[in-house]
Amino acid sequence: MDPECSRLLPALCAVLADPRQPVADDTCLEKLLDWFTTVTEAGSSLLLLQENPCLVELLFHVLKSQDLSSRILSFSLRLAGIFAAQEDCFQYLQGELLPMLFGEAGPLGGAAWTAPAVRSGWIQGLRTLAQHPSALRLLAACGAVDTIFSLQGDSSLFVASAAGQLLVHILDLAMRGPAEGRCSPQACDWPACAQKIVCHIEDSLCSIATPQVTQALNVLTTVFGHCHGLWTQGLWVRLSPLVARLLEKDPVPASHSLVDLLLSVARSSVPSSDRGLWETLAQTLSHLSPTQAGPLALGILKLQDCPQALRTQAFGVLLQPLACVLEAAAQAPGPPGLLGGAAGDPMTVDTLLCSKSACVGLLCCALAHLGLLQPLPQRPSPWPQAPLLGAAVTVLRLCSGSAAPTSDVGGRLCAILVGCGRVQRAALDFLGALSQGAGPQESVTQVFSVLLEYLMSPESSSMVLKKAFQATLRWLLSSPKTPGCCDLDPRTQLFLRELLPVLQKRLCSPCWEVRDSGLEFLTQMTRHWGGQAGFRQALLASEVPELTKQLLQDPESYVRASAVTATGQLSSWGLLAAPASPERPGAQQKSLLVELLHVLCADSEGFPRRAVMQVFTEWLRDGHADVAEDPERFVARVLQAASRDPDWEVRAQGLELALVFLGQLLGPRGSHCPCAVALPETAPPGALAQALPEAAPPGTLAQALPEAAPPGTLAQALQVLCRVQLFEFAFRALFDCDRPVAQKSCDLLLFLRAKAALCGSPQEAGDSPNVASVEATLQRWQAGEQGQPLGYLEPGAVMAVLRSIDLEGLRDTLAESSDHVEKSPQSLLQDMLAAVGVLGENEADCY
Amino acid sequence: MKLYCLSGHPTLPCNVLKFKSTTVMLDCGLDMTSTLNFLPLPLVQSPRLSNLPGWSLKDGNAFLDKELKECSGHVFVDSVPEFCLPETELIDLSTVDVILISNYHCMMALPYITEHTGFTGTVYATEPTVQIGRLLMEELVNFIERVPKAQSASLWKNKDIQRLLPSPLKDAVEVSTWRRCYTMQEVNSALSKIQLVGYSQKIELFGAVQVTPLSSGYALGSSNWIIQSHYEKVSYVSGSSLLTTHPQPMDQASLKNSDVLILTGLTQIPTANPDSMVGEFCSNLALTVRNGGNVLVPCYPSGVIYDLLECLYQYIDSAGLSSIPFYFISPVANSSLEFSQIFAEWLCHNKQTKVYLPEPPFPHAELIQTNKLKHYPSIHGDFSNDFRQPCVVFTGHPSLRFGDVVHFMELWGKSSLNTVIFTEPDFTYLEALAPYQPLAMKCIYCPIDTRLNFIQVSKLLKEVQPLHVVCPEQYTQPPPAQSRRMDLMIDCQPPAMSYRRAEVLALPFKRRYEKIEIMPELADSLVPMEIKPGVSLATVSAVLHTKDNKHVLQPPPRPAQPTGGKKRKRASDDIPDCKVLKPLLSGSIPVDQFVQTLEKHGFSDIKVEDTAKGHIVLLQEAETLIQIEEDSTHIICDNDEMLRVRLRDLVLKFLQKF
Repeated sequence: MDPECSRLLPALCAVLADPRQPVADDTCLEKLLDWFTTVTEAGSSLLLLQENPCLVELLFHVLKSQDLSSRILSFSLRLAGIFAAQEDCFQYLQGELLPMLFGEAGPLGGAAWTAPAVRSGWIQGLRTLAQHPSALRLLAACGAVDTIFSLQGDSSLFVASAAGQLLVHILDLAMRGPAEGRCSPQACDWPACAQKIVCHIEDSLCSIATPQVTQALNVLTTVFGHCHGLWTQGLWVRLSPLVARLLEKDPVPASHSLVDLLLSVARSSVPSSDRGLWETLAQTLSHLSPTQAGPLALGILKLQDCPQALRTQAFGVLLQPLACVLEAAAQAPGPPGLLGGAAGDPMTVDTLLCSKSACVGLLCCALAHLGLLQPLPQRPSPWPQAPLLGAAVTVLRLCSGSAAPTSDVGGRLCAILVGCGRVQRAALDFLGALSQGAGPQESVTQVFSVLLEYLMSPESSSMVLKKAFQATLRWLLSSPKTPGCCDLDPRTQLFLRELLPVLQKRLCSPCWEVRDSGLEFLTQMTRHWGGQAGFRQALLASEVPELTKQLLQDPESYVRASAVTATGQLSSWGLLAAPASPERPGAQQKSLLVELLHVLCADSEGFPRRAVMQVFTEWLRDGHADVAEDPERFVARVLQAASRDPDWEVRAQGLELALVFLGQLLGPRGSHCPCAVALPETAPPGALAQALPEAAPPGTLAQALPEAAPPGTLAQALQVLCRVQLFEFAFRALFDCDRPVAQKSCDLLLFLRAKAALCGSPQEAGDSPNVASVEATLQRWQAGEQGQPLGYLEPGAVMAVLRSIDLEGLRDTLAESSDHVEKSPQSLLQDMLAAVGVLGENEADCY
Repeated sequence: MKLYCLSGHPTLPCNVLKFKSTTVMLDCGLDMTSTLNFLPLPLVQSPRLSNLPGWSLKDGNAFLDKELKECSGHVFVDSVPEFCLPETELIDLSTVDVILISNYHCMMALPYITEHTGFTGTVYATEPTVQIGRLLMEELVNFIERVPKAQSASLWKNKDIQRLLPSPLKDAVEVSTWRRCYTMQEVNSALSKIQLVGYSQKIELFGAVQVTPLSSGYALGSSNWIIQSHYEKVSYVSGSSLLTTHPQPMDQASLKNSDVLILTGLTQIPTANPDSMVGEFCSNLALTVRNGGNVLVPCYPSGVIYDLLECLYQYIDSAGLSSIPFYFISPVANSSLEFSQIFAEWLCHNKQTKVYLPEPPFPHAELIQTNKLKHYPSIHGDFSNDFRQPCVVFTGHPSLRFGDVVHFMELWGKSSLNTVIFTEPDFTYLEALAPYQPLAMKCIYCPIDTRLNFIQVSKLLKEVQPLHVVCPEQYTQPPPAQSRRMDLMIDCQPPAMSYRRAEVLALPFKRRYEKIEIMPELADSLVPMEIKPGVSLATVSAVLHTKDNKHVLQPPPRPAQPTGGKKRKRASDDIPDCKVLKPLLSGSIPVDQFVQTLEKHGFSDIKVEDTAKGHIVLLQEAETLIQIEEDSTHIICDNDEMLRVRLRDLVLKFLQKF
C-alpha cells in the first residue's frame, strides 16, 4: 500500500468508527471497498492487517458500538469478507472477530438487522469470504445457512436475490472439494452443508406456497447456469422428479422460473447424461398456457442439440397463435395443418379471445419469438415461409380492419385487434424479418399490398409508419433482380410508382416524426438504388426531391437533419437536378452546396449541422462533382465554419473531413508509399474504394480527383493544407475543451508528422520568428485564450511546430480519463477526511 | 313513458318523449341528404349544368325531361332543393310542450315544427346554439334564395312515376313530405320561441319534471339533457365528444344513475380517427398547394372549421405555406368568426384562460390580422378583386348542391392540380360529386367527426351505468359495409332498445313512487311512535291536494259548524267522511308466551303446530284454531263470538297499537 495511504488510514478508520461524523456519501464507501479489493488481490491481506492495525480495530469497534449507522456496519461486514477471503487472513480473524461479525452475537441478533443495507452487507461479506473450506466450517458454526434460507424471502429484493446467489455459491464451494471428479455422487456422500441446502430446496419445491417454489427454482437456475461440476448432474437426477411434479398442479406454480430452470438445465451438461430431461421439457410445453410456453419454446429451439420431436413440438407452440389467426381469418377452410402441422388449438383460441390484453400479449410474443428465430442458423427446417407471410399479412389486415373474416372467431379477433398499435408494430417488425427469405409470388404481392395499405392509411400512427417504412425498405432491398438485367424488376417498379406519391404525402405530414421517417426511408432507398435507372426515373418524375429540399427549412431540427442527409444522398446521385435540364446537373447541386453551407453556419440546432458535416465528408470522400470542382475552396469554407461551431461533434466531424482531405493529398493512413504523394490519381484504387459506400455513385471516382492539388511533393501538399487553414483548425482543436475533438486532432497531426518524417520534411524553419510566434499563440490557446488567430502559416513553420509539440505526450494525457487524478486512492482518502473536516488544509473538491 | 321517433337519421334526431304528463321533443334535426337528388344551384350561369340532357324513360317517353336531368349516368331533379322533414303524422305536434335542442346542427327543422304544426310551447337551447343555429339557417336560406329557380318539380314524386325512376330516386323515402326551404321570416319567428338556458340550469316543466342541459363537448354550447322527476331520470345524449377540441368538456358524471339513456348522435365515421384525418387534411392541402393547385374545402360556417383553422395556423409556417391565401366564403363568415371569439364561457379551459390575458381564444383572429385568412360574404364583390391562386377556399354547402362551393367546383373541377377535401361527414362524398362528373380535380375524403365512437360509448356506459339504453337501430348492428366489425356497434347489458323512424317505443320502466309534501301544521300534529329502532310510524289524516303535478297533504278541514242556514252547500265544501279508524297494529306474537297466556286464562289442551309461514295454535277443547303468520292472525272458531273476542283481546295484548 502506498505509504501516504497508510498514513491517512488511521484517521479515516477513526472517522468511520465515529458515529458523530457520518459519511455523507455512499459512493465513497463503495470506492473504498473497491480499493481494498484491489490491494488484497495484489498482496497479502494478513500483512495488510498487521501493518495497519487500525483496520482490525475498526472492525472490533464496529462490533461494540451501538449507535453506528447501518451503512458503516454494512461496510465493515463487507470489508471483513474481503480480508477473510484469503485463508491465512481468515485464520487470523477467525478466533473472535468473524464469529462475532457473522454469528448471532453480531448484527444478526441486533436492532441493526432491520436495515436492508446491513442484511445485504452480511450476505456480501459471507459471499466474499466463502472461498475456502475453512469458511464452510465458520458457516456451519454460526448457523449462517439457516439465516440465508430465511433471507431468501426477504422484503428487500436485492437481499433476497443475493441470498439465493450465496446459497448457490456455498453449494458450489461445498461440492467442489469432496465431490470433484466423482460423477453423480450419491446423496449420502455429500457434505453436510450441501445436504442441508439441497434438502431445503427439496422442501421448497414441495411447498404449496408459490414464492418458496419460485425461490427454489431460481436457486437451481443459477446452479445450472454457473456451476459446471459433475455433481450438478447428480443434483438434477435427485430433483427432477420434484420439478416434474410441479407440472401436475393446475395452474403450474412459478411458471416463469420453471421455464428459466428447464432452459438452464438444458443448456448445461445434464442432457448428456439424462435423456429424461427432454421428456420433462415436452411435458412442460404441453402443460403450460400458450403465453407461458412461448419463451420455453423459443429457448428449446435455440438449443444446439435437441431431439427433433421436441423441436417440432416447440415450433408448434410458437406457431399456434398465428395458426389460429390464419384459420380464423380464412375465407374458406384451408388445408389442415397449415403451419407445419399446427392447427388452431382451442386453448390458444381461448387465450386469444379472452381479453384484449391477453390476445395482444400472446400475438406480440409469438411474432417477436418467431422474428428472433428467423435469422438463426438452427431455426427449424423447413421454415414455413409462405404461411408465416400469410399470417403476418393477416394480422396486419385484422389490425387495420381491412380483413373480412367470415368466421365468428375471426370477427371477434378483428374487433379486438383493430387499431392496436402494439400488434401492428410487432407484425411489421416480423414481416421485415421475413424479407430475408423468399416467398411465393402471391405472398410477396400481398406483402407489398399490405405495406402500401399501411403507408397510405391515415390511421397509421407515427411509430407504426416508421416500422412500415423499415419493413418496406427491407422487402424492397431483398426483391430479386431480374435475371440478365441489373435494373429493378417490373413488380418493384410498379410498387415504386405507387409508393412515391405516398411518400410525397408523408413528407407533408403535420407530424414531424412522420416527415422524419419518410426522409430516412428516402435516404436509405437512394443509398441502395441511386444508380438503378428504374428508381431514378420514378423519383425524378415525382415531387419527392423538391419536397425533400423544402424540408431543409423544416421547423423541427431532427427533420432538418434528416433532410440534409437525404438531399446530400440525392445530390450524390444527381437526383436533385430538375428533370427539365438533365444536361446541367450542376446547376441545382451548386445551390444545394450553398444551402448546406448556410445550414452549417446559421442553423441554431446541432443535429442539422452535424448532418451537414457528415454529408460534406461523404461528398469529399466520394468526389462529389460539386466538390471536385474546387476541393480546396470547399474544404477551406467548411473548416472555417466548423471551427466556430459550438457543438463538439461538428468540430470532431470537421477533423474527420480534414483527415479525408489529408488522405486524398498524402495517401491514406498506413499507405506504404508515402513519398510519392498520393494525390488521387495515384492513390491505390482499392484503398479509396474501401472508403466508399458499397454502391458508390457511378463516375464519381473519376471526378474525385482534386485537380487543384497537382501531383508533386509533400511541400506542395502542405502548401495546400496551409491555404485551406487546416492547421489553424487542427491546432485549435488540439486544445479543445472537449476531449474527443482534441484526441482526433492529435491523431491527425501525428499522422501528418509521420508522413512528413517518411517523405523527408520540407525546409526547416525552426528558428524563424514565424515559428516562435506560432508557439506563443499555441501556448496561449492551451491556457484557454483562443481569441488570437494564427495567421497564415508557412509549411516549414508548421513542420517545425509539429516537431516541437509533444504530441505523443498529449495523446497519452488525453487517453487518460478526465478524473484520473481524482481517482487515486490517496485522493479518495483525502476527500473522505476533508468531507468531515479532519483535513482542513486539503482543498481538493472532487464532487 | 313513451318515445315517439320522428327521424330515422341517427345524427339528426327528432324524438318526442311523453313523461309524467309532459310532452318533450328532443331535438329537431333536418335530414338534408335529400338535396343530393337535386341538381346544384350555380351562382354563375353554368352552361354545363343548363345544357344537361333531360331524362326519358326506357321506352323513350320524355314527359319528365323538364324535371329530371341526366349527368354521367345519374339522374337529378332540376328544381329547388327540398328537405326531408321529421314525421309529422305520428303524434299531434301541437301537443308538444317543450323542445330541447342539443346542438346547432340538430335544430335545423325548427321552423317547420314551430311554424306549421300549431306548436305553442317553448324551445330551450343555450345561447351559442341559438346564435350559431341562426347563422346556419341564415346561410341556408341565403344560399337557396339568392338563386331563384322558377321551376318546382313535383311530377316525379307521384308514386307510380317514382317507381319507374332509376336509383337512388326510386328508393327515396317519403318524397311527398319533402319540403322547400323555409324563409328568414319563419326562421326569426321560430327563434323567437327559444328560451336561453345555461349548463346545469334546472328548468321546471309544469312541476312534473325538471330538465337540465349538460355540456356535451361536441360544439359551442352543445348539450346533453337530463329529464327527471323525483324518482325517475332520463338522460338524453346527443352529439357528444370526449376529444379536446374547442368546446367545454363533456359532463359525464351527471349522467350517472339514469333509468333510461337515449343515445343519439355518435360519430358517423367510426373507423376514422379525427386526429389522423386532420393530419391527412394538412398533408393533402400542402401537397396540392406546393404543386400550384387550389384546395376547396366544402364546410359549414361553424364547428370543425374553427379547429381546422387552428391546426392550419400551427402548420402553415412549418409547411412553408405562409404566402398562400386562405379564403372563407359564407354569408355568415364574419359573424361566425366573431361569434366564436365571444362565447368564452362555453369554451374549453385553455381557451377560457386566454381571454383573461387578454387574447382572442381562437388563433384565427391572428390569421385574419396578418391577412392570411380573408373572409367574404360571397364570391361577388371584394372577393373577385382579391382572389389570388393558388389558394385554399373554405365555403359551403357541404352537399355541393348550393352555395359558393358550386362555383368553385365548376371553376376548378377540370384541373387535376386542384383538390377538393371533404371534411364534413354528413354527406357521402361520391354522391355529392355525382353531378360534377367527369371530374379531373383530386378528391380527398377526410371526414372529421369528433362525436363519440363505439369504444368511447362502451366506456361511457360502463361509467354511468344506465338501467336501459335506447338508440337508433343503426347502432345495434355493424355498418352494412363492414358487417363483421362487431366492434362497430353498441355492446351493453341489457341490450340496447332500438328505434327507427315512425316507431313508438314504450320505455321499459314503470313509475312506482311519487313525492308528497306535508304541510308544516299537519306535520306538527303527528305523533310518531317508534316501532323498532330507527323506524317510527304515525297515522295521518289529511286531504291530498294535487295541483301542477305537486302533491301536498293538508290538514283536514275542521268539521263545519252547523250554520243553521238553508243555503245549499256547494259540492266543493263537502267535508270528507272521516270515519273513526281502528288503531293500526304492529309487532309480533311470541308463540310460547301466547300459549302461556292462554293457559293462564283457562285454556287447556293447547297444541302448537309449525307451518311454513308461522304457527297454528290449536285449542282442541274449544275446537278453535288460531293461525299466526307474519302479517296476519286469524281466529277460527265456530260461531262463538264471545270466545273470539276473548281470544282477540289476548292476541292484541302482544301487539302495539297506534
